Amino acid sequence: MVALLWTLALLDAAVLAYFLIRSLVNGRGPVRWLRENVILIIAVLSFEYLLLPNIVVVLFSFNQPNGRFNYTWTRFSLHAWQHPCDAAGMCSSLGLSLKIGLVATLAATVLGTLIAFALGRHRFRGRASTNLLIFMPMATPEVVMGSSLLTLFLSLKIPLGTTAILIAHVMFCLSFVVVTVKARIASMDPRLEQAAADLYATETQAFLRVTLPLVAPGIAAGALLAFSLSFDDYIITNFNATTGSITFPMYIWGAAQRGTPVQINVIGTLMFVIAVLAVLVGQTLGRRRRV
Amino acid sequence: MTDASTEQVRSEPVSGRAAAGKATAAHGGGDLQMRSLTKRFGTFTAVDDLDLVIPQGSFFALLGPSGCGKTTTLRMVAGLEEPTAGTISIGAEDITATRPYKRPVNTVFQSYALFPHLDIFENVAFGLRRRGSKNIKQQVNEALELVELAQMGRRKPGQLSGGQQQRVALARAIVNRPSVLLLDEPLGALDLKLRRQMQIELKRIQTEVGLTFVHVTHDQEEAMTMADTIAVMNQGRIEQMGGPTDLYENPTTTFVANFLGQSNLVRAKVTSRGSDVLEVEAEGQAFTLPARRSFSDSDEIWFGVRPEKLSIGQGDAAEGLRGVITDTSFIGVSTQYLVRLPWGQEITAVRQNDGAPILRPGEQVTLTWDPRHAFALDASQDAHAGEDFGEGELLGSKG
Ligand SMILES: Nc1ncnc2c1ncn2[C@@H]1O[C@H](COP(=O)(O)OP(=O)(O)OP(=O)(O)O)[C@@H](O)[C@H]1O
Ligand SMILES: [Mg+2]
Repeated sequence: MVALLWTLALLDAAVLAYFLIRSLVNGRGPVRWLRENVILIIAVLSFEYLLLPNIVVVLFSFNQPNGRFNYTWTRFSLHAWQHPCDAAGMCSSLGLSLKIGLVATLAATVLGTLIAFALGRHRFRGRASTNLLIFMPMATPEVVMGSSLLTLFLSLKIPLGTTAILIAHVMFCLSFVVVTVKARIASMDPRLEQAAADLYATETQAFLRVTLPLVAPGIAAGALLAFSLSFDDYIITNFNATTGSITFPMYIWGAAQRGTPVQINVIGTLMFVIAVLAVLVGQTLGRRRRV
Repeated sequence: MTDASTEQVRSEPVSGRAAAGKATAAHGGGDLQMRSLTKRFGTFTAVDDLDLVIPQGSFFALLGPSGCGKTTTLRMVAGLEEPTAGTISIGAEDITATRPYKRPVNTVFQSYALFPHLDIFENVAFGLRRRGSKNIKQQVNEALELVELAQMGRRKPGQLSGGQQQRVALARAIVNRPSVLLLDEPLGALDLKLRRQMQIELKRIQTEVGLTFVHVTHDQEEAMTMADTIAVMNQGRIEQMGGPTDLYENPTTTFVANFLGQSNLVRAKVTSRGSDVLEVEAEGQAFTLPARRSFSDSDEIWFGVRPEKLSIGQGDAAEGLRGVITDTSFIGVSTQYLVRLPWGQEITAVRQNDGAPILRPGEQVTLTWDPRHAFALDASQDAHAGEDFGEGELLGSKG
């Protein structure tokens, strides 16, 4: 691990030295070059700091450790990539997390979008207090919310496990979707819908052809946020889970006590790559429909 | 509002209807009628008990200062604003409660309101697609050609200039050939050349297709040159309505007299009322005016003459008003003079630049005019009403 940091530092130093020498050769002076590029240097260093954990994750997915713990670099191997489900119980926990994440995202996005439209487009009694209440789940500490939900489920005799976890996830994802979509709706000119109505579009047509496409980026952002929140959640999930409903974060946490299989890093790397791809695709689409 | 102007509101549409006769046959629509139309926002009355009949196929201009309720009126006709009271109908059909998408009405929005996620072609095609028209491609391309944007079909609204966006908004409405087209300052963002060009195009489309145009504008000249009928609106009410010439030559209120072009108003008293001629007295001098050009029942009046109706003579004369030139503005086609009268009031006179030497400030002059061009307004009104809004543009560019 220390070796990795040294490698990185040496690499930085080499790149810096190359530019300084080049500025000397060009006769423009290294001090001047430093002054002109100081922001760039700081940015590169910050990015390295930011991405270091990801680099470690990716690197150690190619490791073949001697013991059960994947904490020291031993030798390069593709074994974990070729047998991702070799770690007992990992793939089923991943499957459960993905399932819960998708269902919770779907439910929270649909409900949250509807709430956002109600709050953003209509004046009704209790609108201000609804606005406030929507923020509550975001402000409540997770431990408190997890234990409260446990109490609620037990007293209502709702069985713990997958269903209880789903209900909990939909609840805390909802607020984030509402806030994201509402911001998008607020930035949209209501006259566009009026123009659609003026051009013979019924309410449904105006919604589908004008409102929805314009609000869609907000809905997509809300859905992505909801999925990553749900997929990532440990505390609330742990309160309401049973031995039959081990999610991916719970699996890793449990595994860390007994040994960390390399396969965890494989999944971590995949998640990272998928997230980067999602952002790239989103930006390309955004540029294409730039207004 | 005086009796005279109410009378005009009723009588004007009748004369317009005959001209629009052929269009009535071609289209299913009919006259656009507003009865006691009122819109209040809280306690503020934006449109106040409006009675208006706009004959089918006519080019109707709504002229008035900012905030007088023009846009609100159009929005009620389009169905985007619910009237507080009153009714709107097209022909025999009452559309007051009709949903906006069911009205045979299209709007060119003051703010364009183009769909940012659709390209120009799809923006223009939007209304046609909703109604399942045929030949959409051809119709859209024709409309885009009309506004000179044929090459821009695949661009997004955000990639166009303000004037180009305005023309897209125009094409998007016109392509549907509605019975009534509402235009809310549709040429406001265009430069003078393009504006004149679009005015001609608009007028051509209107006469060719026989659509009813309700055109809101700040530009007096635009209203005068294009419209069959102009209504001057002020604080939610129609101040006066009529043909361009009629409105300009026979203003019935000080607001209209000042808002459309300029007017010189002198305080006077009626001394005798004949059946044809009214004799009045102002600052000790006697004047006359045609009795039908008096719009006041009271004997206290504003005696009015338009600046271009005054002729400027040099030296003393037996008749007319004597004064001293205090300011000379050379406009090109004409020269505008400010003349101070013996009692201190300054009035405006405009003279064509027909070769006569330009007079300098300080020179003594005598102003005379044909008594048939004088008019009388009720003195209970503010002599300066509507002055701040009028641009004086009409006199400036037309001379
Ligand atoms: N939704 C609203 N709520 C409250 N007041 C409004 C609303 N819409 C318009 N008004 C008011 O009604 C009056 C008339 O507005 P309107 O938009 O019809 O003016 P306008 O004649 O079109 O002016 P402009 O020439 O500046 O476009 C204004 O004083 C405006 O402030
Ligand atoms: Mg307006």
